[in-house]
Amino acid sequence: MAEAKKLPVPQGNPETAPFWEAAKQGKFLIKRCTACGEPHFFPRSICPFCFSDKTEWEESSGEATIYTFSLMRKSPTGPYAIAYVTLKEGPSLQTNIVDCDMDKLKIGQKVKVVWKPTDGAPLPFFTPA
Amino acid sequence: MTIKGKAYIAGIYEHPTRHAPDKSTAQLHAEVAKGAIEDAGLTKADIDGYFCAGDAPGGLWPMVDYLGLKVRHMDSTDTGGCSYLIHVGHAAEAIAAGKCSIALITLAGKPRTGPMPPRAAGAEADFEAAYGATTHNAYGMCAMRHMHDYGTTSEQLAWIKVAASHHAQYNPHAMLKEVVTVEDVLNSPMISDPLHRMDCCVVTDGGGALIVTTPEIAKSLKKPLVRLIGHGEAMKGPRGGKDLDLTYSAGVWSGPRAFEEAGVTPKDIKYASIYDSFTITVLMQLEDLGFCKKGEGGKFVADGNLISGVGKLPFNTDGGGLCSNHPVNRGGMTKIIEAVRQLRGEAHPKVQVANCDLAVAHGTGGLLGVRHAASTCILERA
Repeated sequence: MAEAKKLPVPQGNPETAPFWEAAKQGKFLIKRCTACGEPHFFPRSICPFCFSDKTEWEESSGEATIYTFSLMRKSPTGPYAIAYVTLKEGPSLQTNIVDCDMDKLKIGQKVKVVWKPTDGAPLPFFTPA
Repeated sequence: MTIKGKAYIAGIYEHPTRHAPDKSTAQLHAEVAKGAIEDAGLTKADIDGYFCAGDAPGGLWPMVDYLGLKVRHMDSTDTGGCSYLIHVGHAAEAIAAGKCSIALITLAGKPRTGPMPPRAAGAEADFEAAYGATTHNAYGMCAMRHMHDYGTTSEQLAWIKVAASHHAQYNPHAMLKEVVTVEDVLNSPMISDPLHRMDCCVVTDGGGALIVTTPEIAKSLKKPLVRLIGHGEAMKGPRGGKDLDLTYSAGVWSGPRAFEEAGVTPKDIKYASIYDSFTITVLMQLEDLGFCKKGEGGKFVADGNLISGVGKLPFNTDGGGLCSNHPVNRGGMTKIIEAVRQLRGEAHPKVQVANCDLAVAHGTGGLLGVRHAASTCILERA
């Protein structure tokens, strides 16, 4: 029996604290720059595209599609599906696809955010929609 | 301002070991340094520049002291496996600017003996650390998307391992000397879809070192002359998640910069050292460097096209990281060393490329599917 994977506790910092506070309410936040209009993830205080400091928090729908994935079969904590998903709002992010039959995953498949508890703020994962 | 022709690789050494539980990491650095200095026909007192990366225990301070060097230029740029390709470019810049005249670059470590220390966390840690990105699955995600977008197949990827194994059979130091077939690769266990065990490189202890010097000093030594005529470096990451595309690497930027500086094109290249942490790494790099169009790498590598004496582009004639050596999980050093062997005419006779006067050594460092650097060196027989 594979040992259950213990999730790391998000450490947070002044720049990302609002993300983790919202996570505790089940809200998935991204950042959007009001100068250039581009959303981004993970959140920065200064826009990684135009370098403006006019970035604002925005709640994401949590709806996404799988950009790519790989089933990690050789792991001491059991197999898992690592993936990049592309949010409806635009940004792509790294995650795991969970609570599903991993052998049936497909690029382009619709997924939605699901939260998993840690000893601190919960962490976002994605599961087939 | 260019570094074209302003620096020569006058000394090379690849440690013959693949498993070194009886040696210290610093000791391995000293052994490869000694090997490269002797290969060049120099002495340690001649060294006035030193380059090392994250594998050097403690970095520059302890290494310069441990080795007993007295240097006037130093650089510890760390971009994972391609650090040493970047060091060659930076050494050439320092030499061209008169900051040093004989630079030593070392790599060594023992990942086969024991686990490597973890990398320091970046700003992304809270948003990625939980998801278990490893080399296997990060490159697996690239391969999965490349297959989706371009129809690349596992059979085509397997040909890269097959070609490497054909070369490794002639390398007495290679960790895996057995010639394998496409079927062998496809029948090896799936590690992280779609990469099989034989799509992955070996894990080895060991190391290597280089001496980079001025044209005048190189010409005063006894080895065949090999000079750097072009160099490029670049970095790529998910950059805020915009327009994510894992089917190309930072090689699309480092490659053209190097070729432009050298004034040559991929068609002119007689031998290619291409970083082969995984088969997909090679396929993507060949496309990114312009040896074929994006998406046509699968066709390009199939049917033995990378086998010396058989195909059009002989690659990694030492057996590469897939079969011979991947010291410290950092393959850039051995890429340069085999390219220099080819240009000197010192490769194994069974894999030596006839009239090999122009070669590329290229590598990536970090995780291709996450954040990585790339560096390209164009080398010429002078």
